[in-house]
Amino acid sequence: MDLHNVLDFPILSLSIFLPLAGALVIWLFVRGDNAVRWAALIVSIASFVVTLPLALSFDTSTSHMQFEEFHPWITTFNINYQLGVDGISMPFILLTSLLTIICIVSAWQCITSRVKEYMIAFLVLETTLIGVFAAMDAVLFYFFWEALLIPMYLIIGIWGGKNRVYATLKFFLYTLAGSVLMLVALLAMYFEAGKTFSMLAFMDYPFDFTWQIWIFIAFFIAFAVKVPMWPVHTWLPDAHTEAPTAGSVILAGILLKMGAYGFLRFSLPMLPDASQYFVPFMVAFSLIAIVYISLVALMQTDMKRLIAYSSIAHMGFVTLGTFMFTQAALEGAVIGMISHGFVAAALFLCVGVMYDRLHTREIGDYGGVVNVMPVFAAVFLFFCMANVALPGASAFVGEIMVLIGTFEANPVYMGMSTKWVAIAATTSVVLSACYTLWMYKRVVMGDLVKDSVKTMKDMTVREFGFFVPLMVLTLWMGLYPLPFLDFLHVSVAHLIEQATTSKLDAAAALVQALPVIDAAHH
Amino acid sequence: MQEITLNTAELLAIPALPLLGALAAGLFGWALKEKLSHIVTSGSVILSAILSVHVFIQVMNGASFHGNFWTWMIAGDFVVPVGMLIDPLTTIMMMTVTIVSSCVHIYTIGYMHGDPGYPRFFAYISAFTFSMLVLVMGNNFFTLFFGWEAVGLFSYLLIGFWYQRDTANKAAMKAFIVNRIGDFGFAVGILAVWYYFGSVEYKTVFAMTPDFVAQNVTLGFMGWEVTAITFICLALFVGAMGKSGQVPLHVWLPDSMEGPTPISALIHAATMVTAGVFMVARLSPMFEFSEVALAAVVIVGATTAWMCATIGLVQNDIKRVIAYSTCSQLGYMFVACGVSAYSAGIFHLMTHAYFKALLFLAAGSVIHAVMAEQDIRKMGQLRKYMPITYITMFLAALALSGVPPFAGFFSKDLIIEATMMREFTEFGWVGTFATFALLSGVFMTAFYTFRMFFLTFHNSDRVDAHAKAHLHESPKVITIPLMILAIGAVITGMWGVFVLDIANPQIVEGYFRDAIFVTDAHNPLMILAEHGPHGWYHFVFTAPFWLAIGGIGLAYVMYFRQTAMPAAIARAAGPVYTFLLNKWYWDELYDKIFVAPTRGLGTFLWQKGDLDMIDKGAIHGGIIDSIKSGAARMRNMQTGMVFHYAFAMVVGVFGLLTYLMLSA
Repeated sequence: MDLHNVLDFPILSLSIFLPLAGALVIWLFVRGDNAVRWAALIVSIASFVVTLPLALSFDTSTSHMQFEEFHPWITTFNINYQLGVDGISMPFILLTSLLTIICIVSAWQCITSRVKEYMIAFLVLETTLIGVFAAMDAVLFYFFWEALLIPMYLIIGIWGGKNRVYATLKFFLYTLAGSVLMLVALLAMYFEAGKTFSMLAFMDYPFDFTWQIWIFIAFFIAFAVKVPMWPVHTWLPDAHTEAPTAGSVILAGILLKMGAYGFLRFSLPMLPDASQYFVPFMVAFSLIAIVYISLVALMQTDMKRLIAYSSIAHMGFVTLGTFMFTQAALEGAVIGMISHGFVAAALFLCVGVMYDRLHTREIGDYGGVVNVMPVFAAVFLFFCMANVALPGASAFVGEIMVLIGTFEANPVYMGMSTKWVAIAATTSVVLSACYTLWMYKRVVMGDLVKDSVKTMKDMTVREFGFFVPLMVLTLWMGLYPLPFLDFLHVSVAHLIEQATTSKLDAAAALVQALPVIDAAHH
Repeated sequence: MQEITLNTAELLAIPALPLLGALAAGLFGWALKEKLSHIVTSGSVILSAILSVHVFIQVMNGASFHGNFWTWMIAGDFVVPVGMLIDPLTTIMMMTVTIVSSCVHIYTIGYMHGDPGYPRFFAYISAFTFSMLVLVMGNNFFTLFFGWEAVGLFSYLLIGFWYQRDTANKAAMKAFIVNRIGDFGFAVGILAVWYYFGSVEYKTVFAMTPDFVAQNVTLGFMGWEVTAITFICLALFVGAMGKSGQVPLHVWLPDSMEGPTPISALIHAATMVTAGVFMVARLSPMFEFSEVALAAVVIVGATTAWMCATIGLVQNDIKRVIAYSTCSQLGYMFVACGVSAYSAGIFHLMTHAYFKALLFLAAGSVIHAVMAEQDIRKMGQLRKYMPITYITMFLAALALSGVPPFAGFFSKDLIIEATMMREFTEFGWVGTFATFALLSGVFMTAFYTFRMFFLTFHNSDRVDAHAKAHLHESPKVITIPLMILAIGAVITGMWGVFVLDIANPQIVEGYFRDAIFVTDAHNPLMILAEHGPHGWYHFVFTAPFWLAIGGIGLAYVMYFRQTAMPAAIARAAGPVYTFLLNKWYWDELYDKIFVAPTRGLGTFLWQKGDLDMIDKGAIHGGIIDSIKSGAARMRNMQTGMVFHYAFAMVVGVFGLLTYLMLSA
């Protein structure tokens, strides 16, 4: 019944490499800007279609990896080309392939220099992103994780704004510093767990407590930079402001999720005891992200910077939900990420639409946009309200689930009641409304005073077109989230079981068994 | 009484119709143009009103409905269904909402005629009606919250409808954000309900409440202990305070008058702002078990009722007078709920919806006639030009003042008498305070209502020449809704008492049946029935009646006879007058203690935290630099600036939290 089972068809490999192959074809054979645009669009749509079976023939009743592929790669080090997805990673692959189409369409007119390189960069980026979410071998994961820095670096560095050099450098150094530690951690695990890089083996191997702590810290730095969590978040507003619109869309839509995905895929199942141990820190950092960052967002004068800070605040909910180990909170964290992929992406696109007209991101340069761009004002308002997590929008589902899960996590994990954590996080209800609506008021509402604003034309059909799928998905997920949640139930339940089952007994047993094994060897 | 089953399709059609109308006008307004837009929206809302009345009659005859239609979300054991609970409390709300909404729709055809945003306006008010119906018809806390937020959204959109006006945009944002502060409480309440009851459906939660209370579950925070039921009720009540404009979250409601008048009538008088009262009545099986929460409801309600009445005394904007009156009347309704006379509260909600919507629409008719002038000092003698508006507004003013036999008299009198009967065991002073506040409120209500009425329709003619040239009675499409509502303002009081038996102290035997729960331990209506005055003529012996008459009399003297008196009094009262005129300086206070410090804190965290400390300090300068700047910050710590201390507090709280978690 399942396509991949019947045909034994490598859907994941195809999803990963189709964009790359398309990029190669465009590079070698396609001439002329318009031809490149169309070719890139066709490739991205084809890539999206290829990923659809992942959702359509997904088996929601098992927590096992699906669509698995396994080929030996570097046998000397037991490194394999191993792929697979579960309910947690699969949605991100679809989100990636969908957002790539939107990115390509959004760049149709506003990118006029080096169109070919731009499109190739995005297609390569798609390959690496899907690779990150599909990899089940740690080295393969690391390979894609690092590889995506290159196209992202180029996208910001070449097509970015005035301060792009500073922003790219900051972005690159931050993420690289984190990644190096991850590599060290992976190597350590390789030797400890019996010379394997299989992520599933890492999940099963009983690391003892000290190991877990150190590896957790290394992973934490790598992932926290990506999320980003306070206080290693300052690269993000710079990267966002300088990135071209589509760059911001991918950055907010997918790239930020990699950090949280790392926590879900590595920290929680592989290092359950360390994850439990560090809960208070994660909670504290998440709360700071929600409250502190929201206050900072309030005072921003640059729209992109404001939305970037808003992203960090929303990711605070994700990290909070990740470390509550309850079904509602963890599912809420994943839903929150996907939802944020729609909403933040759309908000950056909204800013892009205005930027294409006036070439400024300053809030003060706008005002009364609704008078000249009524359709745009409605679309922008839709996503602002979604950003505020109004019920009916996808963001509400994620946030309320995280809050519910946090509130109920209470007695099990900590002496201090997480009820108060949930209540503190609920202040986001007020803060997000403050910064989002204040921006909307200053930019969109009001009388038409500025001459520059008077010249603005409403959205074209093409521009409206790329908002439609995002609006539909935001509403769908907000009003009827069950289909999305169905993918998560079993996988998240399995993850919680992994994250709450201590490895220490097994580790102790292993230590005791070792002399016996050694003796047997000799 | 035989069992009547309600038709599910009919029940679904009631909210669905306005939604479809809204979608049609909202998405295809450009094609439908003015006429089709208002036909499709008004038609669907009127149809919805007819169905609501039909359902109301069935429910009055004993029918009810409870069922789920689909599951909204599942995560582990967290399940949220979408369903309806149709009982007498629901239907009285449905009927009130749809009838007032129908009147407002028709009225809008005349009032908004020629406005460039005409179809959009109709789309908004229909969508609002849908949201309000979801709010009242839902069977769980999430449908309530969904409707709650949706009405807030449309309130926001409609207040800012004339988006060119900066004041309107500010008011819209203020309304949304202040409501969100209330929603914070509401959301926390929902979290707690789910946590303690494992369900979000009313029926399940209510059934579990008595046992839950008996377990005496408490919840503590840093040595402060409170029972869980009190915590839940207080948190939810914060939401009600926000939505219903109660002190100290009332500041948005008077500003919301920046929106077009039809929505002031529909949203900010008759329906949305009463959602808080509805919530408390709906949740009576929970509030009844928390004496603290009930006392809080009474205190907040009585304070608002009194304070907003004092502000209403001196306002000069015709809509603001009515707006403050709305806050004040909502306070009465809350007091009713707080003293466990929920049925009186809902009764007042219903009568108030008719006469207050009428007051606003009549005020709109006046504003329309005098070329968008809202200052009552620039009106006068309008009765000559607009007789229908004059008469209908007179009826509404009588109803609001509480003159028998008009609607407001019955409901308000019931509230006050119930308040006198309720004795709080723990907080004895609350009853006395509330009684004083409500009684003096009656006098002030009558006074400011007729002050506005006389200044508008009688007194000297102060209309400027430009407006005078256009002065005329409004067209039928405006006056007919006024007349329909006037019927409501006259008869709903008598109808409620004599036909619906709404004030039956034995709730179960009266109109509300099991929709409202009052413990026998404190049922003020019961005491009233046993010890209170009897007979239809008893109003002659009660204080509210004479206070209302006195208020009207004073207004008559000051604004009809001795027209020089008001200015003299204002001069004599000096600071008091200024204090009231500036609405007790709430806005200025909030600017000082919330808005400015929040902005300051935001800038501080950004500039000092992100840019200086993290970027410059940690990244560029490295450790040495950060030590240097750290020392500089230490020197600057005693800056005397509020937000610096606030920052220190935030950091401190986080530190403390972390410490507590680690040490526990």
